[in-house]
Amino acid sequence: MTAPDVHRTIHAVFRIESARLIAGLARMVRDVGLAEELAQDALVAALERWPESGVPDKPGAWLMATAKRRAIDELRRSKRLERKHEELGHEIEAQHALAAPDLDAALDDDVGDDLLRLVFTACHPVLSTEAQVALTLRLLGGLTTEEIARAFLVPEPTVAQRIVRAKRTLAEARVPFEVPRGAELAPRLSSVLQVIYLVFNEGYSATAGGDWMRPALCEDALRLGRIVAELVPKEPEVHGLVALLEIQASRSRARVGPSGEPILLLDQNRARWDHLLIRRGLAALERAEALGGARGPYALQAAIAACHARARAAAETDWARIAALYAALAQVTPSPVVELNRAVALSMAFGPAAGLAVVDALTSERSLEGYHLLPSVRGDLLAKLGRLDEARVELERAASLTRNTRERDLLLARAAACAGGSAPPSR
Amino acid sequence: MRFMILIKATKDSEAGVMPSEQLLTEMGKFNEELVKAGVMVAGEGLHPSTKGARIRFSGEKRTVVDGPFTETKELIAGFWIWDVKSKEEAIEWVKRCPNPMYEDSEIEIRQVFTADDFGPALTPELREQEERLRAQTAEKK
Repeated sequence: MTAPDVHRTIHAVFRIESARLIAGLARMVRDVGLAEELAQDALVAALERWPESGVPDKPGAWLMATAKRRAIDELRRSKRLERKHEELGHEIEAQHALAAPDLDAALDDDVGDDLLRLVFTACHPVLSTEAQVALTLRLLGGLTTEEIARAFLVPEPTVAQRIVRAKRTLAEARVPFEVPRGAELAPRLSSVLQVIYLVFNEGYSATAGGDWMRPALCEDALRLGRIVAELVPKEPEVHGLVALLEIQASRSRARVGPSGEPILLLDQNRARWDHLLIRRGLAALERAEALGGARGPYALQAAIAACHARARAAAETDWARIAALYAALAQVTPSPVVELNRAVALSMAFGPAAGLAVVDALTSERSLEGYHLLPSVRGDLLAKLGRLDEARVELERAASLTRNTRERDLLLARAAACAGGSAPPSR
Repeated sequence: MRFMILIKATKDSEAGVMPSEQLLTEMGKFNEELVKAGVMVAGEGLHPSTKGARIRFSGEKRTVVDGPFTETKELIAGFWIWDVKSKEEAIEWVKRCPNPMYEDSEIEIRQVFTADDFGPALTPELREQEERLRAQTAEKK
């Protein structure tokens, strides 16, 4: 193997091993930041050693052994530091600085899953959402700072700083490396799922810039979702989220035309949907439903996505069922945006007037001010009812509100069709 | 990136020799690892080519040839579909796989075509959760 080949191999090994490596080390040293540094040190050692010695047979074990040796050095050093602190009379601080690893206790722990602890620590509520996202991709997804920066279109130093600050926050808040239990579990799990969904959406419909999608980010999110689903297999919402992601990802290929123009769900060539992912999505949804209990927001959205996935042609879509699912979703997570979606479903099931009645009730909703999809949907329904002048004004308003250039073009084209006296092609 | 991992047939697999309990256990463990790492998309084992057929195309003409086929090394005994970040990662995973055969065997890695330019989600239903989450994110900042 040539040197660049070995480097690529080392990075591939690291991607496979890093989460387990960091998780195992974090249990030893009880500090995720330190664990991550130790893992990085082991990676650097591999980059120095392997190009000459060759990649070892069990590269994961090699990395772990190397990192553990360094961890022990680190612990000895901090023990010395502790003694020094004692001499200086800073006993209390020193005790915290040490947070001595109780290996036996860690091993006896019932929920002995280091990876799961790592997930919950990276998504800990003391961190801002963007810090949670960066840390999760870094620690669990095995992404480099550069990859995260590229994915989120931010400068690399910004991401690096975000991660450093996040690790410091965790240390300062003395966040324990553990899986939350009892009443604490549900809200903590929901922040984990939120981080994964956020990553997926950033890839699936970019908020800004010229590209609609950043597929690598969708893949990272899907992988994280699948990992977490196996870590907490009894939690229905995890499978609900995975189902939603699999089904949404199944449409990726069909969502864009030959010149990069967007293709709306109902206009998509369903033969181009990824039926393997649809099958996986439907299976995940079944898993969520088999676990019973009230359906959460992800399972409900997955059920909606599944309605589309099951329809062989757009005309076969069960819109009445979708409208009912949105009504159920509105009960779990009341929001004007859910109402807007329900309006679309109602209009498809029972005609544009039924939808418009719901949409009109939303126009005074302050939280939807500046939300381009409200005038976009309203314009669409008005056009269907033949009220073309009003429709054009709404579509132009929607175009002025979106930040995505491709979406703006599409809206302006529809507005122009209204001005020309014909109802624009719509969803 | 999606890869198809092809397990090549051997004389044994073509003869219908079934894997031992030990090999099945080892394979099961490996598969579980793939699932837990979020890598596994699909995977199946294939019957020997005795149960298969080939259809030869020559212009408009189709000729059906029943199995078995002789060139064992060119035949497939099973496959996986994996989602990984790179070919190197696929290689590293294959290196962790137990030898699927009792004889010397070979596993081939092929990348699956995927469009990497994706389209938009303009329908509100695809966007709603995202917008809600963004609003929450904004609150948190």
